[in-house]
Amino acid sequence: MTPGVGVAAPGGSVRQVSDLRRTPLHSRHADAGARFGPFAGWDMPLHYGSPTGEHMAVRERAGLFDVSHMGQIEVDGAGARGFLAHALANDIDEIGPGQGQYTLLLADDGGVIDDLIVYALIDRFLLVVNASNIAACAERLRELRDRGEGDVRVNDRSDEIAMVALQGPVWKSVLSPHVATPQPLTLEYFQITEDMVGRVPALVARTGYTGEAGVELMCPWDDVPGVWDALVGSGAAPAGLVARDTLRTEACYPLYGQELGRDRGPIEAGLRWAVDLDGARFAGAERCVRDAADGTPERLCAFALDEPGIPRPGLRVLHDGDAVGAVTSGTLSPVLGHGIGLAYVRSDLASAGTPLQIDIRGKIKNAHVAKRPLVDTSGTKE
Amino acid sequence: MAEGHYPEDLKYHREHDWVRVEGDEAVFGITWYAQDALGEVVYFDAPDIDAAVEGDAPYAELESVKAVSDVYAPLTGTVVALNDAVKESPGLVNSDPYGDGWLLRVRMSDQSQLDGLMDAAAYTAYLDGLS
Repeated sequence: MTPGVGVAAPGGSVRQVSDLRRTPLHSRHADAGARFGPFAGWDMPLHYGSPTGEHMAVRERAGLFDVSHMGQIEVDGAGARGFLAHALANDIDEIGPGQGQYTLLLADDGGVIDDLIVYALIDRFLLVVNASNIAACAERLRELRDRGEGDVRVNDRSDEIAMVALQGPVWKSVLSPHVATPQPLTLEYFQITEDMVGRVPALVARTGYTGEAGVELMCPWDDVPGVWDALVGSGAAPAGLVARDTLRTEACYPLYGQELGRDRGPIEAGLRWAVDLDGARFAGAERCVRDAADGTPERLCAFALDEPGIPRPGLRVLHDGDAVGAVTSGTLSPVLGHGIGLAYVRSDLASAGTPLQIDIRGKIKNAHVAKRPLVDTSGTKE
Repeated sequence: MAEGHYPEDLKYHREHDWVRVEGDEAVFGITWYAQDALGEVVYFDAPDIDAAVEGDAPYAELESVKAVSDVYAPLTGTVVALNDAVKESPGLVNSDPYGDGWLLRVRMSDQSQLDGLMDAAAYTAYLDGLS
């Protein structure tokens, strides 16, 4: 038996375990039976025995993810909002204090440096970025700041802020015994508030990466075990990175390094909705405007297999026998029970219903372009 | 997770497959070590009945949510039966690797190949050397 395809581990695939960083929850994970793996330089829990069990716990009840490896970059100063209007692709003026927004940080050529959520707080903005891109984001933000004028500070606070994601339809009943006020329970999708979780001051945001309703909680680094214990104690199931990946694939959320990268623009990735094409005042806008007008050679699509098999990243996508693209994410959907995935394909083949074939190590499997999301996530915003 | 166990009545291949000899037929499966390394199995891509399998060569794939593993044939032979229960419920490979999680039954071509396999003690020592 020879393991062939491993968990995607940007920046971490060949590191020695001793070089990997640990979150304050590492011993909690070990006690819960976690299998660890390298991810972006961190030793993270991949699963606790049954990735599909964790996946279903999130879809049906509530799961808890340690995402302390993710980055938090604060931007403040009198010029912060004006600066972010130029630095980020979505329209920052659509959000006020207490609101968050999915957005993108682009290179000058329009390639994606990271996808992120920006929150407007009372006195500052908080950018939550992918673990593998913290340094690149901070560097790009400082570069853009130094090009402009005005009072803007960029502070990488990733080492001080821990984060967990409580996701699933019963998230409120898991959280409610521990919060000081009802505020976190009444948040609307993408809103954020500050509260206490037990004795720990925390930012609570109605966001997540699973397609389920839930919250993400950020707190001081060393205090996060108290938050974890409280939420596990009231019924949340620890869930690992494998379940996080299968959940976001069902929900058709892109993952940096797979669907997104410096060589891809937002338009071909299907993220036109997260790009302010009307204002077009952000760095990298030129390519977005051009791609939106002229189209792109390839587009990201979701697909479902019509026969048994599991698609994997990197596999060829065919149409009438011709190679027309490549799989970027693929798995067996625990909810649907068949193979699903995301793929970049020739743009004229990216609409729902188009027949495709996936070349699974020489076996040609029938598939079709499917509507997004692959699994109904209409409960996300509840 | 429970500790690994390696029944005395089986023969073992270095790619972590086991063989149970029954007359001129042999039953194949993967060892506790293999299922533990692979994790929760969700898909068994099996060969067809009457297919030829060749000793030391891959004959099937087992997949977890995040990984694909080739399954090696410990012996050369012809497939006479498949475990349909594992196709339906691949997790049987994890919960009962030497029992309900068997993979296929072959008619052996060359019983002398059994001499090249390990017994439980040799396989356990081999595993110790891997860690």
